Amino acid sequence: MMQFETWKTILVAFVCLAGIAYAAPNLFEKGIGDDVPTGVPGKQINLGLDLQGGSYLLLEVEAEVVVQERLEAIVDGARRSLREARIGYVDLGVEDGTAGFTVREASEVERAREIAAELDSDATVTVDGTRVSLSMGEEAIRQIKINAVQQSIEIVRRRVDETGTREPLIQRQGDERILIQLPGIDDPQRIKELIGQTAKLTFHLVAVGADANRPPPGSRTLPQVDGGEVVIERRVMVSGENLVDAQPSFDQSNQPVVTIRFDSAGGQRFGRATADNVGKPFAIVLDGQVISAPVIREPILGGSAQISGRFSVQEAQDLALLLRAGALPAPLTVLEERSVGPGLGADSIAAGEIAAVIGLVLVVGFMIVCYGLFGLFANIALFFNIALILGALSALQATLTLPGIAGIVLTIGMAVDANVLIFERVREEIDAGRSPINALDAGYSRALTTIVDSNLTTLFAAIFLFALGSGPVKGFAVTLGIGIMTSMFTAIMVTRLFVALWARRRRPASLPI
Amino acid sequence: MKPLRLIPRNTSVQFIRYRLIAFALSALLMLGSIGAVLGIGLNFGIDFKGGTLIEVQTEGPADIARMRSTLNALGLGDISLQEFGSERDVLIRIQRQEGEEAEQIKAIEIVREALPSDVEFRRTEFVGPTVGQELIEAGALAVGLALLSILVYIWFRFEWQFGVGALVALSHDIISTLGLFALIQHEFNLATVAAVLTIAGYSINDTVVVYDRVRENLRRYKTMPLTELFTKSINETLSRTTMTSVTTLLALFAIYFFGGAVLADFALAMIWGIVIGTYSSIFIAVPLLLYTGLRRGDDDEGVDESLVPEYERTGGKGA
Repeated sequence: MMQFETWKTILVAFVCLAGIAYAAPNLFEKGIGDDVPTGVPGKQINLGLDLQGGSYLLLEVEAEVVVQERLEAIVDGARRSLREARIGYVDLGVEDGTAGFTVREASEVERAREIAAELDSDATVTVDGTRVSLSMGEEAIRQIKINAVQQSIEIVRRRVDETGTREPLIQRQGDERILIQLPGIDDPQRIKELIGQTAKLTFHLVAVGADANRPPPGSRTLPQVDGGEVVIERRVMVSGENLVDAQPSFDQSNQPVVTIRFDSAGGQRFGRATADNVGKPFAIVLDGQVISAPVIREPILGGSAQISGRFSVQEAQDLALLLRAGALPAPLTVLEERSVGPGLGADSIAAGEIAAVIGLVLVVGFMIVCYGLFGLFANIALFFNIALILGALSALQATLTLPGIAGIVLTIGMAVDANVLIFERVREEIDAGRSPINALDAGYSRALTTIVDSNLTTLFAAIFLFALGSGPVKGFAVTLGIGIMTSMFTAIMVTRLFVALWARRRRPASLPI
Repeated sequence: MKPLRLIPRNTSVQFIRYRLIAFALSALLMLGSIGAVLGIGLNFGIDFKGGTLIEVQTEGPADIARMRSTLNALGLGDISLQEFGSERDVLIRIQRQEGEEAEQIKAIEIVREALPSDVEFRRTEFVGPTVGQELIEAGALAVGLALLSILVYIWFRFEWQFGVGALVALSHDIISTLGLFALIQHEFNLATVAAVLTIAGYSINDTVVVYDRVRENLRRYKTMPLTELFTKSINETLSRTTMTSVTTLLALFAIYFFGGAVLADFALAMIWGIVIGTYSSIFIAVPLLLYTGLRRGDDDEGVDESLVPEYERTGGKGA
C-alpha cells in the first residue's frame, strides 16, 4: 500500500498553494504589487535590465589620483612653511609616491624635519642625510582610497538623482568600483558625461607676465578651453567646496552662464582676494582647464559670481548641476557598459514566453503519449513546478534575466526527469512480476537515491555559476537552482500524492503505465 | 490509450562489446576538438576579449552595405556588421580602440551619431579589457570548481573508479563542446560558459543514473561477469536516458527556434551537450570502469553505509 501521511498531504497542499499565491500577481498588469511589503504574496518578479530595458555601468575610481594630490598638497605646504622659516631647500617635489626636499644647510635638517612633521598627520617623515621625505603608509593609503570611493558613490548618486532617473541602483563593488544600474535608461550617454567629469572648480590669480614654458615656482601652466595657455598661481583663492548653490542663467548679452553662490567663508575670501587684486586677471579652473580668465574690475563682495565660458544652454545646465552635486574626489573610468532598449527587452520577454509555451506543450504532450495517466500526473506536477519557480522568484525578489528564462524552459525539460526515473523503475518492477501497488512503492523508493544524486550534482554547477557568474549568468543560475529544488519536490512529493490517492481509490489490478 | 514505449522492454544492445569503436571515435573527436580550439581558436565574444557591440533595428530591411561603408569611413578601424536574427536587426562590432577605456566609450558615441536617426538602438555592450580578463578568470574558475565539486561528490557517494570514469566522460563532453564552437565559429561568451556548466551538470546527471544502476547490480549479481553486468545496467536505464534526453531536447529546440537570437547559441551548445552527454554516459563512462580495476565483492567498502537508504541495505538484493 502506498503510504502517504496526512501531514505530508497538508505540507504538499500548503507549499503548492503558497507557490500559486506568490506566482499569481505576475499574471496581472505590471506594478500591481509594488506597495506590498516583502514576504507577503503580491510582489511581482523583478525583471533584469536585459528584459525591462536599462543601463548597467561599472565604474572604477582612480583613487591613486587622490593619493597623488595629497602628496602634492604636502609639497605646496612644505614650500610655504620652509619659506616662512627661511630654510633653504632644493629638489622639492613628488617622486615615486614620496614627497621630499633636500635641505641646503645640514644644521637646519632638524628644524626642517619638525616642519615636515606638521604638514600631514597621515604622512611618515624620514630623514636621510639632508634629504627629508614624506610618504603615506599602506594603512593611510587604504583609508584615503576607501574615503575616495565612498565619497564618489555619494557624489555619483547626487548627480544621477539630479537627472530624475527613477530607481537608480548605485553601489560599491569590490574595493575601488562602483556599480550603477539605471532601469529605463537605454542611452546612458548623458549620465556618462555627468559622471565623466570630476567637476573640481577652483579660482586662482593669473601669474601675469610669466613664461608658459617655464612657470615660476608656485605657479603652473594650464590649457585654456578655447585654446592657448594660462599661467596661474597654484594657490587657490577659493574653491568649489565653498559653493552653496549653482544655477544656469543668462548674462546681460544673453549668453548662457552659471551663477554661483559662496558660503560665508568662501564669500569673504573671494571678496578679500578680489579687493586686493583689482585690475588683475584671475582664472576660473575646472578639472585642470581654464574656463575663462576675466579681469577683476571691482571687488566682488556679494558672495556670488558668474562663470561665463561660451557655454551652450545644455552645458551651462550640466555645469550648474555638477557644481551643485559637488566634485568627485577622483576621476571615474567606465570599465563595462551594457544597455538594452525597451524594444529588445519586450521582444526578449515575448520570445521567452513563446519558447516556454511551445516547450511546455511539447513536453506535456510527450509525457501523456509515453506514460498515459501517469504522464498526466507528471504534467500536473510540472504545472505546480512552474508555479513554484515563479512564486519563489517573486517571493525572493530575485532578478529574472533572459538567460534566466532559458533556465526555466530548460527546467521544464529536465523537471520531468525525476518522474521519468520513477516511472521507468515502476515499469521494470512490473516486468519483474510485482503487483501494481508493490511496484509503485518499490519504484518510488528505489528511484529516490538516483534522483537525489543526479540533482545534487546539477545543483553544484548552479551554485558555482551563481557564485562566480556575473549579471545575466547569475540570473540563469538562480532559476536553474530554484528549478532543480522545486522539481525534486514536485516529482517526489506532488506526483506521489496524486499516484497514492489514485491507487488508494481505484485499487488497480494493473498499471496503465 | 496505450502508453508508448520509446525503447522496447528488455533490450540487450551490446554497448560494451563495441566499446573500442566508441573509444576510437571519441579519441578522434577529442583530437579534432583540441585541434580546432588550438588551431582555429574560439571566437571569443566581447565578454572575454573586451570591445564594443551595438545591436540596432531599422524600419525596413537594413542596408548593411551602406551602413558598413558609413561606419568604416569613421576611422575607428575595422567595424564589422552582421545580420542578427532578422533582416531588420544588425549587430555592429567595434574593434578595440587604441588607448584606455575612455577611447572605447568615445568610439561608441561616434558610431551612434553616424547612424541615421530612424535607427533604433536595441542594445549596447561595452566591456573594457580589465573586466574582460576578470570574466575569463571567473569563468574558468567556475568551470574548474564545478568539475571538482562534482568529482568529489561522486567519489564520496560511489568509489573512486566511478569518479574517474565520470570525470573523463565529463571532460569529453566539455572539450567536444568547445571544439564545436571553435569549428562553427559561433561566439563564445558568458552565456556559452553557462551552457558549458549546465552541460556538465546534465552529463554528470546522466552518468550518475547509469552508475547508480551499475552499483545496484554489482551488489545484486555477485558472480555476473562485468561486461555482461555493465551491458545489462545500460540497457535497463536506456529507456530513462532516452526519455529524459528527448524531453530536454524538446525544450531546447523550443528555445533554439523561438527564444530569440540572443539565446539561440546558448540553446545550440546545450543541444550538442545533451546529445554528446547521453552518448558519453553510455559509451565512455561505463566501459571505462572495466579498466579502472573496479573490484567486486568488497564493493561496500568505500561506501558509507549511513548514506545508503534503508531499503537498499535490506531489500535491495532480493527480488
